Amino acid sequence: MNNPKEFITFETAWCPGCGDFGILEALKETLQDMEKSPHEVLVVGGIGQAAKTPQYINSNGFEGLHGRALPAAAAAKISNHKLTVIVDTGEGDSYGEGGNHFMHNIKRNVNITHFVHDNQIYGLTKGQASPTSDTGSVTDFTPDGVNVIPLNPIVAAIGLGVGFVARAFSGDKEQLKKIMTEAINYNGYALVDILQPCVSFNKVNTYAWYKKRVYNLPEDGSYNPNDKIQAFTKGLEWGDKIPTGVIYREDRASFVDKVPFLQDAPLVDLPVETEAIKEFIKEFM
Amino acid sequence: MNFNLLIGGAAGQGMETLSSTLSKILQKRGYQLFTLQDYMSRVRGGHNFFQIRFSENPVETHRDDLDGIIALNQETVDLHIGRLNKDGFIIADDDIISDDPRVITIPAKRLSREIGNPKVQSSVILGALMKLYGLDVEHLDTILSEKFDEKVVKQNVDAFNIGHDLVESRFVPPAITPSPSMLIQANEAIALGALAAGLKFYSAYPMTPSTSIMSYLVHKSKKAKVVVEQAEDEIAAINMAIGASYTGVRAMTGTSGGGFSLMVEAVGLAGIMETPLVIAEIQRPGPATGLPTRTEQSDLKFVINSSHGEFPKMVIALRNPEDAFYQTIRAFNLAEKYQIPVIIMGDQYMGDAVRTVKPFDLDKVKIERFMADEEVYRNGKEYKRYELTETGISPNLRPGKVEGTMVNADSDEHDEYGNMIESGEIRIQMVEKRAKKFELLKTEIIEPELLGESEMEVLLLGWGSLHSPLTEAIQLLNKDSKQKFGALVFGDVWPLPEKLLREKTAKAKVVINVEQNFTGQLASLISEVTGIRVDKSVLKYDGRPLSAVEIKNKVLEVLS
Repeated sequence: MNNPKEFITFETAWCPGCGDFGILEALKETLQDMEKSPHEVLVVGGIGQAAKTPQYINSNGFEGLHGRALPAAAAAKISNHKLTVIVDTGEGDSYGEGGNHFMHNIKRNVNITHFVHDNQIYGLTKGQASPTSDTGSVTDFTPDGVNVIPLNPIVAAIGLGVGFVARAFSGDKEQLKKIMTEAINYNGYALVDILQPCVSFNKVNTYAWYKKRVYNLPEDGSYNPNDKIQAFTKGLEWGDKIPTGVIYREDRASFVDKVPFLQDAPLVDLPVETEAIKEFIKEFM
Repeated sequence: MNFNLLIGGAAGQGMETLSSTLSKILQKRGYQLFTLQDYMSRVRGGHNFFQIRFSENPVETHRDDLDGIIALNQETVDLHIGRLNKDGFIIADDDIISDDPRVITIPAKRLSREIGNPKVQSSVILGALMKLYGLDVEHLDTILSEKFDEKVVKQNVDAFNIGHDLVESRFVPPAITPSPSMLIQANEAIALGALAAGLKFYSAYPMTPSTSIMSYLVHKSKKAKVVVEQAEDEIAAINMAIGASYTGVRAMTGTSGGGFSLMVEAVGLAGIMETPLVIAEIQRPGPATGLPTRTEQSDLKFVINSSHGEFPKMVIALRNPEDAFYQTIRAFNLAEKYQIPVIIMGDQYMGDAVRTVKPFDLDKVKIERFMADEEVYRNGKEYKRYELTETGISPNLRPGKVEGTMVNADSDEHDEYGNMIESGEIRIQMVEKRAKKFELLKTEIIEPELLGESEMEVLLLGWGSLHSPLTEAIQLLNKDSKQKFGALVFGDVWPLPEKLLREKTAKAKVVINVEQNFTGQLASLISEVTGIRVDKSVLKYDGRPLSAVEIKNKVLEVLS
């Protein structure tokens, strides 16, 4: 399966027409266009349909536990910051099971990129409500409709201090690729919430439903992603119109930038500090 | 000479400074010592005490009867006077009410106020104490300057001298030629061992009584070039350690039973991903919150059986600080060699106790690395992360290091390349591959340590931290009783070493397990693995450590 040059993709277990395909294709093309080599890239997933992405792309892969992709990915990046680390997984994994890690990895600001396949439904377990399911959605476990409010990942992320927040749509590959490139290039934790239809279990949020609503944020300067208040306003927009694009951006130092001994070489290449340890032993004498 | 002193008071009264300064002075004069910590789960107030036992001869463990009490409050006198020996003493301030003739009144509060710093009252007491023992102190300013600035050092030295002049010497100290020793807790020894093993990444969430491992590492992280990360919870802590280990760095996490309960799913992740991982589990009484600052050995079977599914892991019970240092290093080597989680177990009693040990020898330490040779893959060999081999051990390559070669780790059942599968045939191959590693691991296990008589009539069985009190208990039993006593103290508990156990239980007339739990978990494990059943049990589960005398008395009681 190991092809030295190309980010080829492999046969998947996804349903025909699944929104995941658009994301996988965009990811593959983005990495190729960025002239990354597969051995330099690590794709991390948790559990879920989207979380199978590490299996389907020719790169290093770490497919961990449900909800736990972020801590594993952050630590892998801290340990070898030469790797391009991408978390590619679903909204249940990211905002549900992994909610606490989502919150705290924002604080940590490790230079990793988080692509969330957000289809507003649980696919792998066959159609239960997800953290982002709209109120009123009828699902397997909510026959009378979801009676809780959906999580707004964009507003949550801006509020919690993410330095790069974007929304994309799996049906618009060119814009998705552009956002992916910018997110990967961003020095710090970057979140891209990717709207994606689930053709098997979500009969409401279909391709047609999204296509009717999504619009690209203007890139002529009339929208300023550095303006936090404006970003909140755009983040709150949901319903008849759904904005896509880079909603918020703020540059700051990432985790590794702040660790003095990681400036010359990655942690994985640092030798054991035997002389220092000898001194530590003497301190107890 | 063998003294046992208790320093007691409320949290925040300066007991810790007094205890650590006294310990350091004694160590520098060549005494060997064992300091037990007893504290409550609160930051201020409550009743806390230290017990410092010291001698010119080796001191293995704590003792219950006291030769001296330093009472910083009334409660200390009231609670502990019953344990004071007839010819013992109590050092107390003039506001403490007692008509006991053993009280020596030292008005430390008033004198320290006269010096101009109420915080130096512990140095007044220290001065009196040293005089009592006939000890002059050469290193006081050096010891104090580790903690305080010049002005405060001088105030403390003045206070010490005032205290020194208040009492008459009662004892003649033995002549000791000091030999180098370390004064260290087992938790610090774990941290030092991890550094010596080449630790580069430690992630944990604070939990008593494991926190001091992380605390030590944090303060050494810059010099040792180790990333120490406080995780948002124990689940993150272990998943971070696994993510770090995947890249090829030596990674570890540490916690107590409650935190380990949160970690167990990821123990299985390390198992099926075959990612090396070292976990320190420092026990306290459970379940749930239990008794946070107290001691127990009740997690043995839980740790051995942690996580669902079947996969090899190793469990090592640490026995004392020296063992903790060397076994932590061995844990890293074995975790990497077999690509398994290795759990090292301690407890509050051992983790917090400060004692003198022989200086750790880095020349005895060997960092054995087992990552795959990158050169052969650079030369074109096809890489399979889960390659089926004779031993079950597959090449573990660092991702990102070989162009054109990718490393795929998977929590799903997978084929040799790391691709998820549903095939029954491959599932069987992978289960058996992982099981093979366990069989090979069994050839590396260390037999339990034999204490006392090798041809014993009564065999005691213990594990982990009970090594210390059992060492002394066996000496006492063999001295005071007509029967011959011996003990086996397990360090490696999983896989369980069986050779010495079978040999000694076959000959001994009576076999007794001595454990700090209610159900006798070691005995249960032994019975499960070997079919051997113990005859009697000595079990303690009040959260307080078993002492040597207590073990001796309880053993004689169950034998009668």
